[in-house]
Amino acid sequence: MSQDWRPTCALELLRLRAQVLAGIRQFFADRSVLEVETPLLSHSIGTDPHLEFFTAEYLSPGTVCMLQARQERARRSPGMVCMPQASREQARSPAGQTLFLQTSPEFAMKRLLAAGSGSIYQIGKAFRNGEAGRFHNPEFTMLEWYRVGFTLPQLMDEIAELICGLFSGQSLQETQRVSYQNIFVSFTGLDPLVFSYSDYCAYARECGLSEAVAICGHDHALWLDFLFSHKVQPQLGENALCMVYGYPACQSSLARINEHNALTTDRVEIFINGIELGNGYYELADAEEQSRRFDKEQAIRQQQKLPVTVKDQRLIAALQSGLPDCSGVAIGLDRLLMLLSGSASIDDVLSFPIYRA
Amino acid sequence: MAIYSTNEFKAGLKVMLDNDPCAIIENEFVKPGKGQAFNRVKIRNLKTGRVMERTFKSGESLEGADVVDVEMQYLYNDGQFRHFMVPDTFEQYQCDEKIVGDAGKWLKDQDSCTVTLWNDAPLAISPANFVELTITETDPGVRGDTSGGGGKPATLDTGAVVRVPLFVQIGEMIKVDTRTGEYVSRVKE
Repeated sequence: MSQDWRPTCALELLRLRAQVLAGIRQFFADRSVLEVETPLLSHSIGTDPHLEFFTAEYLSPGTVCMLQARQERARRSPGMVCMPQASREQARSPAGQTLFLQTSPEFAMKRLLAAGSGSIYQIGKAFRNGEAGRFHNPEFTMLEWYRVGFTLPQLMDEIAELICGLFSGQSLQETQRVSYQNIFVSFTGLDPLVFSYSDYCAYARECGLSEAVAICGHDHALWLDFLFSHKVQPQLGENALCMVYGYPACQSSLARINEHNALTTDRVEIFINGIELGNGYYELADAEEQSRRFDKEQAIRQQQKLPVTVKDQRLIAALQSGLPDCSGVAIGLDRLLMLLSGSASIDDVLSFPIYRA
Repeated sequence: MAIYSTNEFKAGLKVMLDNDPCAIIENEFVKPGKGQAFNRVKIRNLKTGRVMERTFKSGESLEGADVVDVEMQYLYNDGQFRHFMVPDTFEQYQCDEKIVGDAGKWLKDQDSCTVTLWNDAPLAISPANFVELTITETDPGVRGDTSGGGGKPATLDTGAVVRVPLFVQIGEMIKVDTRTGEYVSRVKE
């Protein structure tokens, strides 16, 4: 008898998850942060070229009736049954609509913030296609929150409070706060803010990672991804929460450029035991700048022959109407549970990972 | 040969890397939340046996390697080559000591072993996990000694030297675990 109907996690993990969710909700209730829900299915999606998305076909009620009628006609006149797939798609497309499963609730939550919601949080599913491994499942649970009026350092204080509270039984060491530049220099001897192709190549060869030269070429951001994930990240936050801030501007995503150092961005990533747990920003509120970054990412998508996405005009419009000054962060709850339970694989904390879903 | 992409890499898959046939041992997906995905792969070079780590950009691919393990009978050593035969087809293969390597000291005529073929040429030999060999040389033992403690070196008919308990004598047949090179038991004829 096949056993693959069973959950991959132990039953205690179900209870631990419920406990953690209750703890998080209490934490935000105590601070009067409002819990919200936003759609998983949306008409648009982020442009980040590193995030692969799922799509779904939406049929409005009228379309469903139309298709049923067509099938009925085909049944009565069997000659029509062998309608080729392509023409069936064509027949459907004018009425059907492609929707995207969200890679994070960020855009929808920012629209709520622009509409005056005040500080909000959400616990929900996020979907990233093509991501599966010891630390990845294509469908995962994310905690995302936004604090109106918070600077990034204030948000980092709150992140530390929440995480250390959840880990209270496990005596984490003192929380570390380090700048990306300092931590990168201390582990690699390379300056992450100024790209030196020859130094980067020499370092890669020195530590037996010569394949990096072919993979990364002259792409500064790619070099940083490669070297950070191989040489820096595994050493971050040994039994402690480690917060790395001041990411290089070429990895700014949706964060503001730092007002004192234009080479860095107001972005923070958090780690425990070398595992990436979350990512936060002092949120970019400039609609034009946001639109430019979307265009830039779309261009990269085109260049790399990735599916081109729909720029989220509703987010741009929300930013135009005015996003309050705020900081926000997203944390992967499944990985947090892995750390809380000492699990080696994300499958150990999920009821049904993708291959059993 | 088939082409395999990083998402198909799994333990045991045989691929070509730097013109050598290799076996994948482990494949870890590494991806920063905001950044490029990589696959950090632990891989064994089947020619040298050396294990190395190599990173690929996710989506990269490697050519498959035509590598198969075939159960064969060891026939004899002609001084230059060792000869093996596939029992069903009587097809014979020969290979030199460089390929036979450490396995050579466990090979007794007529015993079966695994020959790894790459493009139909022997690439490596692995002996059976357990072999039964005869002791040709060892110090005389002490009477009444049981298997605990001590031990002494014994040379076997294939040339291998293993540690055996003191009570085991020349001419006796013993069972050896080839993975550890350790004595397991005496073989009653």
